[in-house]
Amino acid sequence: MIVRKKDKVVVLGITGKQGTFWTEKMIAYGTNVVAGINPKRAGETHVGVPIFASTAEAAKAVGADVAVGFIPPPMAKDAAVSAAEAGVKLLVVLTEHIPAQDVMAMHAAAAKHGTRIVGPNTAGLVTPGECFVGIMPAFVPSVFKPGRVGVISRSGSLGTLICLNLTRAGIGQSAFIGIGGDPMLGTTTRDALEALDKDAGTDAVVIVGEIGGGMEEAAAEYARTMKKPMVAFIAGAAAPPGKKMGHAGAIVTGSTGSYAGKRKALEAAGVVVVDTPSQIATALAAGLGAAGRQRAVSQ
Amino acid sequence: MNFEEHAAKSLILAPAGIPVPRGMLVASAAEAAKAAKEIGPCVVKAQVPTGKRGKAGGIKLAGTPAEAEQVAGKILGMTIGDYTVERLLIEEQAKIVREFYLAVLHDTGAKKPLILFSTEGGMDIEEVAAEKPDAIRRLLVDIDNVPRGRDIAALLKGLDLGAAEQQIAQIVDNLYRAFRTRDAELLEINPLALLGDGRVVALDCKFVLDDASTFRQPDLAPAGSPPAMTDLERRGAEAGLKLIQLDGNVGVLANGAGLTMTTMDVIRHFGGKPANFLEIGGEAYTKSEIALDLVLSNPGVKSLVINFCGAFARTDVMADGVVKAWHKLKPKVPVFFSIHGTGEVEAVKLVKEQLGIEPYDFMEDAVQAAVKAAQ
Repeated sequence: MIVRKKDKVVVLGITGKQGTFWTEKMIAYGTNVVAGINPKRAGETHVGVPIFASTAEAAKAVGADVAVGFIPPPMAKDAAVSAAEAGVKLLVVLTEHIPAQDVMAMHAAAAKHGTRIVGPNTAGLVTPGECFVGIMPAFVPSVFKPGRVGVISRSGSLGTLICLNLTRAGIGQSAFIGIGGDPMLGTTTRDALEALDKDAGTDAVVIVGEIGGGMEEAAAEYARTMKKPMVAFIAGAAAPPGKKMGHAGAIVTGSTGSYAGKRKALEAAGVVVVDTPSQIATALAAGLGAAGRQRAVSQ
Repeated sequence: MNFEEHAAKSLILAPAGIPVPRGMLVASAAEAAKAAKEIGPCVVKAQVPTGKRGKAGGIKLAGTPAEAEQVAGKILGMTIGDYTVERLLIEEQAKIVREFYLAVLHDTGAKKPLILFSTEGGMDIEEVAAEKPDAIRRLLVDIDNVPRGRDIAALLKGLDLGAAEQQIAQIVDNLYRAFRTRDAELLEINPLALLGDGRVVALDCKFVLDDASTFRQPDLAPAGSPPAMTDLERRGAEAGLKLIQLDGNVGVLANGAGLTMTTMDVIRHFGGKPANFLEIGGEAYTKSEIALDLVLSNPGVKSLVINFCGAFARTDVMADGVVKAWHKLKPKVPVFFSIHGTGEVEAVKLVKEQLGIEPYDFMEDAVQAAVKAAQ
């Protein structure tokens, strides 16, 4: 789930307003966008990208490793299932408010065809200095810079703030993995943590969590086995129970998904949990030690 | 979205072929008496979209129309949870032999529909799960299929259901189909009762519609019960914005759920209390103009933090909306900005030039200043 420049990216819904805006941004940053999909405009070119009628046709003609969709909720399932059937390895689902039973069908199709879904309701993936897929401000130099710290975030806006804080402190990022704010995600915090643990370009990991669900607790289980330093911030300490905090997944019901439970699980696994976003850079620098700091800042 | 019992029964269960008791919906004690006259000995049930109605005194038996009228008079106007009782379901009494629990819901971990069945019906299922976890049977269903007959048989096997087993198996199948076609998040029958005459009937029903599916269930949405809201929250909902009014005095306007929650957390961290949750993330980032109006309309607000961190949401567009609203509203409380991410150069320039305010470099500093100003 770390995107690379060589990965062939197909944009679903490329001709819409957002599809157009973000495809131009992705291409300008270095993303290898090889095709766009719109059944009504197959054969045309849009923002310099050839358009195909379906992901399967694009995969056959130019290849397709990654698909990213700018698709409204009612059509999101069909687009995702088609992409999985076309054999894309990684499917980035940006759409928020997809009917839950459609999300289940997307995950079932992905499991059947060996596709990894990131999202739904993710802001996407960034490999600073190389490429990005989704709707993150990879191209804003105050936010992202290449480096050796991996960042996992449920939220796009908060993930942006965290990367900004790191960059300000001179700490660059190896990868930003936006996993999404929905209750049923294709890629969990734990999955992303495992990928960053195995990534040779990553020396340390920042986990940006949220109240609700059990993903941070599950990630803590894996964190116990890791040697790389880890720092976490969990949003929602001040959130009242029983209210959905914007993200469908961010709700505390009973003791499930509470701030205290997540913090405790992560701390027990050796993860440093900070109280405010700007404390992350300091905590991370301390965790990396002198040599690691040197390495992180010198990139 | 939650639904009251009568709506769940008439819109979901009955059309799915699941037996429900004969009942009538009424809104006054006089109507209750009239309904009881037609139905006979009855149960008078408060209609509110929340649990624990029985414990709150919202469900009573009545043997005669006079009794129904008296009981109805007591229950109408009662407060249960966040709701005032305005309607009653008058239902025929049932002679219960056994009570079961049956539900279909989302298993978010497995990412599949999950059917739950228990012979410990009538109780709060959380209590059953805590005290007798083995008493709850589970069946995960492949979303592209319906449950197979043999899986339903296995779900019910060895529970000594006798002649009722066939009926229950059919109800499980029908309930699952209704769950799928009606985009339920939860469809629960508790209790599902075996009656003295051998019939199996759904005595209560809880239906929660997946909020993301209302666009394709146009007949259901108007029959649902929106959550209890303050006037301000309702104004937010009408503008398509998620607003939660809180009891603090530092107003929050931020984009994205994660950043908004974080802004609230940092307010708390510095000893302040947030006055609201309001996010204008995703497609809603163009609504900052109405959003500023909403947060400033909260009478408790003594200061305001505007915290934008643009990814998809462009900070220049959001700042432009704030500036427009600002000129109309002329805020009387101090406002503190922090702006970063997509469009930040234009956004910061706009706020500086149009409002004469210098945004803070760190959101923590903006929040700290706002907390201090509110004290």
